[in-house]
Amino acid sequence: MHITMENIHKAFGANKVLEGVDFTLEPGEVHALMGENGAGKSTLMNILTGLFPQNEGKITIDGKQIQFKDSKEAERAGLAFIRQELNIWPQMTVLENLFIGREKRNAFGVLKEKEMKTLAEAIFSRLDISIPLDKEAGACSVGEQQMIEIAKALMLDAEVIIMDEPTAALTDREIEKLFKIMKELTASGVSLVYISHRMEEIFAICDRITVMRDGVSVATSFIKDTNFDEIVKQMVGRELEDRYPARNPKYGEVVMEVSGLTRKGVFEDISFSVKEGEILGVSGLMGAGRTEIMRAIFGLDGFDSGEVKIGGKPISIKNPACAANEGLAFITEDRKDEGLVLDFSIRENIALTNLKSFSPNGIVKNKDETAFVKLMVERLKIKTESQETPAGNLSGGNQQKVVIAKWVGTSPKVLIMDEPTRGIDVGAKREIYNLMNELTERGLAIIMVSSDLPEVLGMSDRILVIHEGKVSGELRSEEATQEKIMTFATGGN
Amino acid sequence: MKTGKLTALWGKFVPLLALIGLIVVVTVLNPAFIDPANIMNLLRQISINGLIAFGMTFVILTGGIDLSVGSILALTSALAAGMMVSGVDPIIAVIIGVILGAVFGAFNGLLIAKGKMAPFIVTLATMTIFRGLTLVYTEGKPITGLGDSYAFQLFGKGYFLGIPVPAVTMVIAFAALWFLLHKMSFGRKTYALGGNEKAALISGIKVDRVKVMIYSISGMMAALAGMILTSRLNSAQPTAGQAYEMDAIAAVVLGGTSLAGGKGRIAGTFIGVLIIGILNNGMNLLGISSFYQQVVKGVVILIAVLLDRKKS
Repeated sequence: MHITMENIHKAFGANKVLEGVDFTLEPGEVHALMGENGAGKSTLMNILTGLFPQNEGKITIDGKQIQFKDSKEAERAGLAFIRQELNIWPQMTVLENLFIGREKRNAFGVLKEKEMKTLAEAIFSRLDISIPLDKEAGACSVGEQQMIEIAKALMLDAEVIIMDEPTAALTDREIEKLFKIMKELTASGVSLVYISHRMEEIFAICDRITVMRDGVSVATSFIKDTNFDEIVKQMVGRELEDRYPARNPKYGEVVMEVSGLTRKGVFEDISFSVKEGEILGVSGLMGAGRTEIMRAIFGLDGFDSGEVKIGGKPISIKNPACAANEGLAFITEDRKDEGLVLDFSIRENIALTNLKSFSPNGIVKNKDETAFVKLMVERLKIKTESQETPAGNLSGGNQQKVVIAKWVGTSPKVLIMDEPTRGIDVGAKREIYNLMNELTERGLAIIMVSSDLPEVLGMSDRILVIHEGKVSGELRSEEATQEKIMTFATGGN
Repeated sequence: MKTGKLTALWGKFVPLLALIGLIVVVTVLNPAFIDPANIMNLLRQISINGLIAFGMTFVILTGGIDLSVGSILALTSALAAGMMVSGVDPIIAVIIGVILGAVFGAFNGLLIAKGKMAPFIVTLATMTIFRGLTLVYTEGKPITGLGDSYAFQLFGKGYFLGIPVPAVTMVIAFAALWFLLHKMSFGRKTYALGGNEKAALISGIKVDRVKVMIYSISGMMAALAGMILTSRLNSAQPTAGQAYEMDAIAAVVLGGTSLAGGKGRIAGTFIGVLIIGILNNGMNLLGISSFYQQVVKGVVILIAVLLDRKKS
């Protein structure tokens, strides 16, 4: 299938989202679509797949001008869109998910289980997937759920598959598998649109790249003719300094010490410490137990044995309120689900962790609150017209800054950041890194859990590697390399 | 952006406009409606539903529900009446009754927070339990002979500056709860809990404690309504308060509070209470049979929720 989108314009009310985008897709290619959050990538793809019409511009498929009425029609024409939020019914089985809305039935409406099973098995074997068909989809890993979505798209005989951030939650092994499948698909003539923030992946798998900025397509180039710096320049519209700012750490006392922390079957004998002014990177494969360890330290889940000391004194952490009182702060990996109250304004979100200080006798002092939030908004460079903007209306990068502001405002001693820059554009990432440096210069200790290896290498002073719930290695930043980390992370030594 | 603000503003005023429209319609159909005596009568009628609905607003803002309010009303009414019969000073009995309501509510809250059970199930069960206890305690018969304490009579039947005391009580309770919800950190926590419980927990809010307190408030308001009813009837009825939870929930929903939690205002609930009260009062004035009244009330609730859907 050969697709051309020409001079596409789209506005929602007065808000111009797309202002002249050109995009082409050749049969059998992997075409990367890149740009900062809010550049208009998803809008462009939503227009292509018929979710809403463009205001201006034309779309042609194989030379014929088309305009899909809705996404069902686009689906029938062979365009599948796998969104970032997967369309999975967690309580239903894998098989039921595969055929949802398109069940095979006989004349009486009774389901033809056998036929569906055979079809599903055929697709799975083509994709080399081995998920039991009767498994509950909710029990599948995110990677497996992604595979289910791809299989669904293929069952529609999709000739174009659009993938929005497909690897955001996948393990390295799953990514490898996804890439293999992508290659097979393109070999059989399927075209793929690949939306991602991960530069390494784009260079690994894509043939061409279109960069978007502020609703305009900046450039389309062959991957082999371009490079990292050029793409970043196109994306942010300016030269970006190094990806990671230089760190000049000055360490103080050991501020937190964890010893022998164990929860049966999840993690075992976890011991580490972190100093004032230090960034401790925590690396490991997805599912190694990194997040679970942090949740236990913060009092969200219990643990069976072990001890956490702050400033040399053992602390009891029954719940997050206790942990926060002891000077811990926790920025979770899922900012929408666990970090923010999306209906709350920026002000209310930032104030949530600091209610006590504005309401000494239970009555909220609005002036103090507004002044404090103003300070935080400026300090974290949160881009907004007003404190009253609902958090749900902000871009990913700005949302993350609000979550960070919530906790920085409590003046913690130890800040735990779980995947601090996931799904955030390059410019906002850089700002968050600068902020981490600024915080550690003031003596804060940061524990950064991250699956992004370059980030772990670029920002950490020391790296702790977790493998299957145990500490498998510890590296100083000078000696660390991606290979060394991966060796520890996969259980080698 | 601007249109979004306008819709939000519009959404805020829809219940108020509906209320004004209703008042106009009822007045045109029967001018006796705006007779001061009828207005005072109306205020007294709505005070019981008002008190319960204000407490219910907190519960629904957290995404919960409290079906047990009618039974708590009956049980605390019976217990307070029992105390009065056995010679306890009526004022003390009323205070103890209200405290007991808070305790029964806290029991709901503990089961929901610590037992991690759905509010609907918990309060459905305690609704039956509290009702059953009421029947056991009263042996199914009304408790009468509460004495003739002037202060207690005043509570349900008296006037303060020409306004029925129950209505005054309702307005004071409204003011206090409005302050709690919109000016105190407790209110902020209530909204946070309804908006995103996980985020609230991780932000260091003692989610369980807030829940217990919210159900406790709901129980307390139900008991306060029970005390007013006891005074008005000068007796405790074992079947008092049946289906009161429905009118309270209806008022909260009519006032624009989302059953999913996180969104809504207690002022809206007040308007919802007025709408239901005027519907009842107006239809009585117009001589509409109570059978039809139920149909009309149901239809009004459906239309209100439908409008709310359209808005979002």
